[in-house]
Amino acid sequence: MKEQIISILEEIRADVDFEREGQKLIDDGILDSFDIISIVSEFNDAFQVEISVEDLLPENFNTPEAMETLIKKLQQE
Amino acid sequence: MKINVLQYLEDCTERFPQKPALADETNVLTYDQYMTSAKKIGTCLATGPGKGKTGKPVVVLIDRNVQTIVACMGCVYSGNFYVPMDPSMPAERRDLMLKSLDPIAVLDAGNKESGIEGTLNVSRIIREGAVDDELLSAIRQNAIDTDPLYAMFTSGSTGVPKGVLVSHRSVIDLVEAFDQVFDFHENTVFGNQAPFDFDVSVKDIYNGLKCGGRVEIIPKKLFLMPKLLLNHLKERQINTLIWAVSAMRIVADFKTMDTVEPPKLEYVMFSGEVMPVKSLNYWMTHIPEAVYVNLYGPTEITCNCTYFIVSEKYPSDAVLPAGRPFPNSRVLLLDKEGQVITKDHVTGEICVAGAGVALGYWNEKQKTAEAFVQNPTVSAYESLVYKTGDLAFYDETGNLIFVSRKDHQVKHMGHRIELGEIEAAINAIKFLDVGCCIYSEKQEKIFCYYQAKEPCTKEIVKELEKKLPKYMWPNRYVWMEKLPLNQHGKIDRVLLKRENEASGNQKE
Repeated sequence: MKEQIISILEEIRADVDFEREGQKLIDDGILDSFDIISIVSEFNDAFQVEISVEDLLPENFNTPEAMETLIKKLQQE
Repeated sequence: MKINVLQYLEDCTERFPQKPALADETNVLTYDQYMTSAKKIGTCLATGPGKGKTGKPVVVLIDRNVQTIVACMGCVYSGNFYVPMDPSMPAERRDLMLKSLDPIAVLDAGNKESGIEGTLNVSRIIREGAVDDELLSAIRQNAIDTDPLYAMFTSGSTGVPKGVLVSHRSVIDLVEAFDQVFDFHENTVFGNQAPFDFDVSVKDIYNGLKCGGRVEIIPKKLFLMPKLLLNHLKERQINTLIWAVSAMRIVADFKTMDTVEPPKLEYVMFSGEVMPVKSLNYWMTHIPEAVYVNLYGPTEITCNCTYFIVSEKYPSDAVLPAGRPFPNSRVLLLDKEGQVITKDHVTGEICVAGAGVALGYWNEKQKTAEAFVQNPTVSAYESLVYKTGDLAFYDETGNLIFVSRKDHQVKHMGHRIELGEIEAAINAIKFLDVGCCIYSEKQEKIFCYYQAKEPCTKEIVKELEKKLPKYMWPNRYVWMEKLPLNQHGKIDRVLLKRENEASGNQKE
């Protein structure tokens, strides 16, 4: 799943190295609101989940790993 | 008599020196601190790089903090005008602007290294600087209201951004008109969303000074996290929003107020692009007591020239009117022959006259002459109107309804973009033959169609990052062996657009 997440992210932001260690995509201001809207809509389609406003928190989107954890959690619900 | 915007700051400081005026995530400045800090910047400029100079540009490298606003006011105290600049702008584009401006100084309001040589650190001047009131009032003695106040850069169709130069008079006119139409007061707390290099932020800064309210600079990352955003509005008691449509939409699109208690708001004003009625209705349902105002106008007429108070919900397929002119603004709807249209449902170009009309484009005589033209209904004396390039008509009640652009300018996520500027950057890339951009309103994406020997999207992206700010990067790339041409041998945009719309229904 992580590979698919990275490939979706890279599609949206070709300029960002998403696998860089220690980088926080939200807190460091790397992603903007336009990106987050695209990411959520792509994730919803690709993983058959519905990311809600309650899930839209920095800790769920700061890293690809955190996004994976979120998606898995939503898939189980 | 108001000649200079600093009079608003000085009036407030006299009335309530200890009242909070500006706040960001970590700082709060009272009016007294605001004015004193700005005077320190002004003194530093007027005794240093700007000695004996007035009416010259000073670049301010912006951040989302109170120091940025203080730095701008400091430039004004020195008798010069400010040019807000985003430090994350690609170096190539930034250098184009710096070259055209030749500023007397660059003030850095941020904490990060800008990479520009010889910048002055704003925080340090505020900490260590002194105020020379005698010098500053001598500078003010010579001020007139047609002096430039700021320049803001907008996208230029030939690939070079244009600096729109706005005078004190235009901004004074704007806030006086807002004051007449709306009820801002001492307890108005503006929740600033717009970056300071966009003129939407001008309304927060100066309406705040006019009414003696407070401007809360909302951290950028909250606009990615709508729940935290609404909680922030409540924590900071923000009651007035003057936002880009895109910022309002993120709250509505995620149905944030279904689960998060709405903030208490007095005014919700929006501009920048056409507001989808569905998103607005979401806000109106959850915060029915607020006054919702659709604002219209390009940077060249100082923020807005018309407004429409939305007093009832519209059906979701309706278009919100741009409304009627503000006091002291005149809108002329002109047909192709330059005749004024008065009948309803006849489309023409919106042209604007009044004190809000900008001084022109900085150092661009020809571009200024093309857009700021003699009012075609007046011949006996000089009277300028600004041609917006926006097409509109009057509905049966006399409200202005926006139709479309007459050129290739688009509004994408609240940003005004000339597709020509993106194309100029694309066509400067050596390894491709030619490129063309199409905007899909439906998908809200910029498509780049390019012709090259083989697909090279990744390489194009790398090149564009060096030249264009992020909001101008195409969202999708389509490689073609040969781009279609029309009868005149030009790239057939109409065909590309049609094909784009046809393929837009299927998911990529």
